[in-house]
Amino acid sequence: MIEVENIHKSFGDNHVLKGISTVFEKGKTNLIIGQSGSGKTVFIKCLLGLFEPDEGQICYNGQYYSKLSTKERRNLRQEMGMVFQGSALFDSMTVEGNVMFPLDMFTNQSQSEKQDRVDFVLKRVNLIDAHKRYPAEISGGMQKRVAIARAIVMNPKYLFCDEPNSGLDPKTAILIDNLIQEITQEYDITTVINTHDMNSVMEIGEKIIFLKNGFKEWEGTNKEIFKTDNKAVTDFVYSSELFKKVRQMYIEERN
Amino acid sequence: MKYLEAIGKYFIMIWEVFKKPTKWRIMKTLILKEIDELIFGAMGIIIFISFFIGGVVTIQTALNLNNPLLPKSLIGFATRQSVILEFAPTFTSIIMAGKVGSYITSSIGTMRVTEQIDALEVMGINSLNYLVFPKIVATMLYPFAVAISMFVGILGGWVAAVFGGFAPSGDFIQGLQMDFDSYHVTYAFIKSIVFAFVIATVPSYHGFYMTGGALEVGKASTTSFVWTSVVIIIMNYVLTQLLLG
Repeated sequence: MIEVENIHKSFGDNHVLKGISTVFEKGKTNLIIGQSGSGKTVFIKCLLGLFEPDEGQICYNGQYYSKLSTKERRNLRQEMGMVFQGSALFDSMTVEGNVMFPLDMFTNQSQSEKQDRVDFVLKRVNLIDAHKRYPAEISGGMQKRVAIARAIVMNPKYLFCDEPNSGLDPKTAILIDNLIQEITQEYDITTVINTHDMNSVMEIGEKIIFLKNGFKEWEGTNKEIFKTDNKAVTDFVYSSELFKKVRQMYIEERN
Repeated sequence: MKYLEAIGKYFIMIWEVFKKPTKWRIMKTLILKEIDELIFGAMGIIIFISFFIGGVVTIQTALNLNNPLLPKSLIGFATRQSVILEFAPTFTSIIMAGKVGSYITSSIGTMRVTEQIDALEVMGINSLNYLVFPKIVATMLYPFAVAISMFVGILGGWVAAVFGGFAPSGDFIQGLQMDFDSYHVTYAFIKSIVFAFVIATVPSYHGFYMTGGALEVGKASTTSFVWTSVVIIIMNYVLTQLLLG
């Protein structure tokens, strides 16, 4: 579980995060949504420890990040997995090399133990046949799955995903969403996903927070988001024609 | 003010490079890979340039020594001094700043724009140690490349002198051996170690702290070449004053 208490973050005069408080629960897929420039990426980077909040606290399973020593922070980071928007796979390594990388860096396992673990996670993301290929030789969807495999290979307690299905076709996007949700439930991970994708919100949004201009505008579930009267949320959710029609049908059904 | 800030940031980066080292088992592989890329990968261009520069120095010296009272051995002497003191360590370093420096900036810069550096940081890895330290260690073998450059440069001079008809082989070799001071070679190696450190770290700084996209990677490579060359030329002056002055 991650508890966020009133965090603020500024870059010069630009006050990006303005007192956000929330709780991301364990075993659930928590989604951060909002328009571009609303502070989602800065927020997730604060959660990852890449940015230090100017004010406020972030607490990981009872451990306040700001009170941890450098070594404790390093250890905490090893409990985090991250799926970047562009996958961020190491170009010079094969799929297998990318997934094995955290094991090489942080464990003293034998080569066969590491190989078994890599094979296991690659099977889990249905990529065992691509293990000898380089990132440039596989599709965007496969790259995302490799990034997920790399993020979970160390059995993380926290999984962060920055727009995991951007640039993917709708079918692959759903596949990635479902994979993240399955992994979250299977390994009881606290998962936080930064997304624009309303399909993801509908499919896997067990908890959603909506950011606007650096404030937390709304918080709820994927069922509640379609019933809310918050104008900022409805403007965002029903910006596409498809969702406008869905809302129309919902209102007609209710009446 | 901007430059002062950049200089401060550069020295903080150097400090960070030596903190929290990566596992030796991994680092060993990275160092060997960088030696292959940065030293052996650059040998072809170093040999090619050194040979022809040596030849050109010889021809120019010979053409300027048209007084019949001056012995032909001076051509060999001038070639040796020019190649050992300046051309092998400094000229080669400027070439290396272009070839190796651009490679370092673009490879680290690409890792920055594709979030690979963020991925390392999120895993709890000291990305500066992981990326820059192996390059510093690899470039410490640069005096080896400079020694080869010296040999090939002098060889190029001998070929130009003998086959160009500027000096007989015996005179040229006599000039090479005339008043030889081994400290000049030491001076050249000390310079080349300092230049190697500059070639590894200045381009790394420009790649690591770049922002933007693919276009900015190209711009950072150009900027890094300019600044690496400027630093090498300033350090060349300072070291010459300190070691020979």
